[in-house]
Amino acid sequence: MSKEKHQLSPDKWVKLHADYLYNFTIGRINNHDLAKDLVQDTFFAGLKAMDNFQGLASERTWLVAILKRKIIDYYRKINSTKGKAEVKMNFYADGEREGDWIEERVPSSWNNEIEKNIENEELSVVLEKCINGLPEKYAMVFRMKTIEQLETDDICKELEITSSNLWVIIHRARTQLRKCMEDNWFKN
Amino acid sequence: MKLTCNEATTICDKSQYKQASFWEIIKLNIHLILCKKCGLYSKQNGIITKCIEKHKTDLNKQKMCLCEQEKKQMEQELKTKI
Repeated sequence: MSKEKHQLSPDKWVKLHADYLYNFTIGRINNHDLAKDLVQDTFFAGLKAMDNFQGLASERTWLVAILKRKIIDYYRKINSTKGKAEVKMNFYADGEREGDWIEERVPSSWNNEIEKNIENEELSVVLEKCINGLPEKYAMVFRMKTIEQLETDDICKELEITSSNLWVIIHRARTQLRKCMEDNWFKN
Repeated sequence: MKLTCNEATTICDKSQYKQASFWEIIKLNIHLILCKKCGLYSKQNGIITKCIEKHKTDLNKQKMCLCEQEKKQMEQELKTKI
């Protein structure tokens, strides 16, 4: 009693899966054109790899697996481009005061209606802007870790970085996000 | 045993992902009692995490689509390769 095998029908891919794949991508890479290109690439790669399709998974699952690979490849490409602007840290990097707060970057108090503010619809928009404002590599690692909730080990393996490196990036990303949200959201 | 503010805030970030070790948490808590700046950072970091959670649910809710034009073009390009 064998289960019915799934079939591929590429002529219906765009109609059936384009929006789904696009949504999947946009949550991970917040850029319309790029997301669109990745979806298109996925379809092309799917065509090429049709012979490898064994019919065990559904067509969509299979396409998503290809897309995931494409997204990781994109991440890797960012990771390998050097010369990204270094962010200013919030801490003294050397001397006697190493690791202490720099006065002008000490967090300032936020107003008391914070909880109410979080329910506001606009929050997402501001937060997304702040994430996009991070250096590309930081934004990428931050999204992988925080939005996609990938395991630390998996991210490190894909990007060929050490876990302490990952935490430094997360730390810098969060420190910048905190500042950005302070300037654009909590301080009014 | 003593942490710099830089180390303390890093542990604080790790703990947002539940990945700080038991000892790190203890050291962090001692530091937080002594250091108001990091205390504030820690509190706000938790708020940022809440914001992100909210953002994530919003992301899941929003249904974004490619426009018909874009899909048509995609379909045409795909057809040339089938």
